[in-house]
Amino acid sequence: MSMKYTSDHEWALLDGDLVTVGITDYAQEQLGEVVFVELPEVGRDLATGEEAAVVESVKAAGEVKAPVSGEVVEVNEALADAPEAVNDDPVGGGWFYKILPSDPEEFDRLMDESAYQELLASLD
Amino acid sequence: MNNNKETALGQTPLHPMHLQLGARMVPFAGYDMPVNYPGGIMSEHRHTRDSAGLFDVSHMGQIEVRGEHVAARLESELPVDLVGLPMGRQRYALLLNDDGGIRDDLMAINRGDSFWLVVNAACKHADLDYLERKLGTRLDFTLREDLALLALQGPASPGALAAVGADADALERMRFMQVGDLRLAGVDCMVSRSGYTGEDGFEISLPADRAASLAGALLEQAAVAPVGLGARDSLRLEAGLCLYGQDIGPETSPVEAGLRWAISPARRSGGARPGGFPGADRILGELDRGAERRLVGLLPEGRAPMRAGTPLFGDNGEALGEITSGGFGPTLERPLSMGYVPLRHARPGTMLAAEVRNRRMPVSVTAMPFVPQRYRR
Repeated sequence: MSMKYTSDHEWALLDGDLVTVGITDYAQEQLGEVVFVELPEVGRDLATGEEAAVVESVKAAGEVKAPVSGEVVEVNEALADAPEAVNDDPVGGGWFYKILPSDPEEFDRLMDESAYQELLASLD
Repeated sequence: MNNNKETALGQTPLHPMHLQLGARMVPFAGYDMPVNYPGGIMSEHRHTRDSAGLFDVSHMGQIEVRGEHVAARLESELPVDLVGLPMGRQRYALLLNDDGGIRDDLMAINRGDSFWLVVNAACKHADLDYLERKLGTRLDFTLREDLALLALQGPASPGALAAVGADADALERMRFMQVGDLRLAGVDCMVSRSGYTGEDGFEISLPADRAASLAGALLEQAAVAPVGLGARDSLRLEAGLCLYGQDIGPETSPVEAGLRWAISPARRSGGARPGGFPGADRILGELDRGAERRLVGLLPEGRAPMRAGTPLFGDNGEALGEITSGGFGPTLERPLSMGYVPLRHARPGTMLAAEVRNRRMPVSVTAMPFVPQRYRR
């Protein structure tokens, strides 16, 4: 398993054939307390960078884009009743959806941990 | 690269305290202001309803007005009864344009030897220019930038003021919208029993250089927590209070906004001093005949917040208007909004649709406030 990142602060975890997607700790911190999550439909085909899910906090709405293209195969239904999981456990229980990538090489081109940490450092 | 913009932002006297408390700062009305502290908007909101929240509202304008016949002369610009406003009382008032739209909303205070107008931060310089242009030959207007303004809101507020030395009898006597002098933490303050949260509470005007010491003395108490602009917005929305620039503005009239009560009976047709303020023709007409549209409370059926700018539709898909404020209510524990609709769709219980991300979602018209106001009357 390896975790990669986008410049929009999504994380993507490759586990077997599937990529799990969520937002980073930095992203949830910026957004504030999450009160609503809208997930994509299972079976939907996503293009890279397409808006896949919506995440709303008390103060603002944000979108979760697709880090890689592919088909949505599973979504985190638990977020409907417990959207606060996005704040409490952003890279664990706060995951949004799983995607079956159409092009496995896309994942490799995402930012690795050190590149993402550099991005965060540049934002301070 | 944003340095120029950032240095151009104003700072209130409590700015260092906000940074020290770890606030997330945002530009607001030309000031660098706290949107929330590390506890977050939800806990700040709940703490205010359950205990007491301290807000820095020093960015607002405090305009002192002096001159002969100050009440009567201000009445030529404000459609409220100021001549009949007793000393030590304040009244909500609207500064109107010639079309009956709203230039600003404010509190007018009778201090006996002067009147004070507490106006919105984003409007304060324009208000001052306007009032000086209209009334400057007769009255002196001073924007008191030497003063800070704090709001202490919530049920534990009276106790928190008593703990910093407020006279217990004076606090007990003070009712909603009364204004008096209190000595707090050794500082003479002008205090009104009022606020923008729907809770009992106080607004405290004091010299800018003493604001940090009073804020510190209040925050030392377990009952008092600092609260930023984020929770200020969710609190006022639950209380059904309009936000200038969103729910009201130059394009909305007081009657449309549900602020009929802010036009004093003395200034209406048949009153002691009817009309004689900007936009009077339209306002007096709308008071008699009603306005064509109305600001209403809206409860989304689902969990998705419906925010400002969301379009509203009727049964037959016809466009009705739009949401002007909306978000999530931490006390209500659900999303809530307000927006303008034609009068025939304004009755509580009416079902409408709101278009969120290209989907029409059901939303019902509801009476405001969403959360009961708990003023000490």
